Amino acid sequence: MSHTPDGVGGLSFDGSGRSLPAEAGVAIALVLIVLAFELLGRLLMHDSFLLNTRDNVPGLFNQARLQIIILQVSIIGIIALGVTQVILTGGIDLSSGSVVGMTAMIAMSFAQVGEINGLPNTRAVFHDRGWVDLPVIIPVVIGLLCGIACGLINGLLIAYTRIPPFIATLGLMVSARGVAKWWTQGQPVSFPTPGYAAIGAGMMPVIIFTCLAILFHLIMKYTVYGKHTYAIGSNEAAARMSGIDVAGHKVLVYTIAGLLGGIAAIVLSAKNLTAQAGMGVMYELDAIAMAVIGGISLSGGRGTILGTVLGALIFGVIISGFTFLRLDAYYQEMVKGAIIVGAVVLDQWRQRRSASRF
Amino acid sequence: MASDLQTDISGGDAPRPGDAPGDVILRTEGLTKHYGGVHALVDCNFEIRRGEHVAIMGDNGAGKSTFVRQITAVEQRTSGRIWFNGDYVEFDGPLAAREAGIETVFQTLALADHLDVPDNLFLGREIRKFNLGPFSILDYKAMHAATRRGLEKTGVKIPNIRNTIQNMSGGQRQCVAIARTATFHSKLTIMDEPTAALGVQETAQVENIIRALKQQGEPLILISHNMRQVMDLCDRIVVWRRGRICANLRKEDTDGEDVVAYITGAKTQPEYASAA
Ligand SMILES: Nc1ncnc2c1ncn2[C@@H]1O[C@H](COP(=O)(O)OP(=O)(O)OP(=O)(O)O)[C@@H](O)[C@H]1O
Ligand SMILES: [Mg+2]
Repeated sequence: MSHTPDGVGGLSFDGSGRSLPAEAGVAIALVLIVLAFELLGRLLMHDSFLLNTRDNVPGLFNQARLQIIILQVSIIGIIALGVTQVILTGGIDLSSGSVVGMTAMIAMSFAQVGEINGLPNTRAVFHDRGWVDLPVIIPVVIGLLCGIACGLINGLLIAYTRIPPFIATLGLMVSARGVAKWWTQGQPVSFPTPGYAAIGAGMMPVIIFTCLAILFHLIMKYTVYGKHTYAIGSNEAAARMSGIDVAGHKVLVYTIAGLLGGIAAIVLSAKNLTAQAGMGVMYELDAIAMAVIGGISLSGGRGTILGTVLGALIFGVIISGFTFLRLDAYYQEMVKGAIIVGAVVLDQWRQRRSASRF
Repeated sequence: MASDLQTDISGGDAPRPGDAPGDVILRTEGLTKHYGGVHALVDCNFEIRRGEHVAIMGDNGAGKSTFVRQITAVEQRTSGRIWFNGDYVEFDGPLAAREAGIETVFQTLALADHLDVPDNLFLGREIRKFNLGPFSILDYKAMHAATRRGLEKTGVKIPNIRNTIQNMSGGQRQCVAIARTATFHSKLTIMDEPTAALGVQETAQVENIIRALKQQGEPLILISHNMRQVMDLCDRIVVWRRGRICANLRKEDTDGEDVVAYITGAKTQPEYASAA
């Protein structure tokens, strides 16, 4: 038995008997799902899901599939990092998909080239004003500010009026989508400068997502911001009585979520080389699903960034797996819905179990 | 805003001219709190001096915790005035009260269930390694060491302080809340039924913490239903009944039976006759 010095009052604590963290369960689920697809693949498709079966390509794993899995979740994953923090405070953010659409449209308008194949790009949004071929920093800063502004609106509404987060962010969900459509009267915004396009090229989305995930993992674990976020979600009254500026902190959390939505919008539009008013529809639900699958409790206070990253991977594996099995997108959506509900049920069950100990 | 005690207070309860100006640490005048139609606190004039330990007693629902919530600014009072440490104060929130030097063990304990013991002890005033505003880096090591020292004072047994509060017994939780006030220096300590869930040994330890405060000359407001405890630890007993103060008794002038008579309403001091 290994005694750790964590006890007080003469009691010692056996660290080896500690129960597994929730993330371990999510990681196991991830492995099981991959194995299930592997098995189904062998049985139904006579092909491997994850392993490399082609002789002309080197490597043990199917590199292309792994890249697709990570790439397709990384942009929504960036949103999920912000949504995770919001849910940890006991809130919810339904606006992030629309914020992505609106921010993509606005940022992209400042990132357009002046000439296409030697002809002036007369369809550029700001062609008449000559705001074309701008340095990449301008659309990036505008995009980030746009995301921050959206988050700030959410945060101020939720912290200083008594509107529940569900309603406040639903309002912005509708309004921001409206702005996205109004911005160009529904026209797509295309032809970004090479500098802007580079932000979303190749594996850049994955790199950006990974860096942000690590950054926020550290922030949630080692800073006052993280501690207060958990405290508010855990017991808001206690947080207030302990002297935490609950309202101010909520504004900060929603603003950061908005900022991350802005980053996702920039990466997404750069990757697709275009921005459309319908961009990011349903992203908010996918991001919430990633967090919930990753063990973030919808009642707040419990879960980690690592959990959300694992949740995002599960999400990616399921989508790739369905494509791999050549199942229709309809089935994908049906199963996605079932998984989200299942994750919430699991969370409720975990909570009841820990509550029933008294 | 911050006006002087001497100039602002008039009437029978005002400090007598002979008193040192800063002798009263906390004083309320006409403190009132209504929750909609519920008059939970009515016209309460209360004061506590430096070094004094005052007990608040009264039946369930008498308004004791409501009184605590008004002076710690957890809630905003309906009316009335409060002086603390010589200044007229209008705290805009619990943080302001805490920063002014009021440490409180709330009846609800105010602990975050999903955080561990050190996190709860330092909630709202974490020890920081580097100050970067909200993104300041936490000094876990220092907080853990201080937590262990603080808890040892309460005599509680906790197998693992890294465990979250939701996995702890009621008494362990209470000890965490008490250790929280005992860890920080304060000008006034308030404890709302601090030993309600504690075993015999832990109760004795908490009473020792209270005696230590007395020796250090730190004032205390103790809310308790335990007559022996109150008689042991306090200099004065203030009795609440249906939101009003109905008696203010020096320990030497009273006994358990007398206090019970005030609590139940069998007796009321003449100066509080309106409470009857
Ligand atoms: N938020 C609230 N809304 C409405 N009524 C309230 C609220 N808080 C307290 N009350 C009422 O105010 C009265 C006083 O409550 P309080 O908690 O101060 O009692 P107490 O003296 O602390 O009792 P106990 O000994 O049971 O702790 C009670 O009748 C209670 O129902
Ligand atoms: Mg009470």
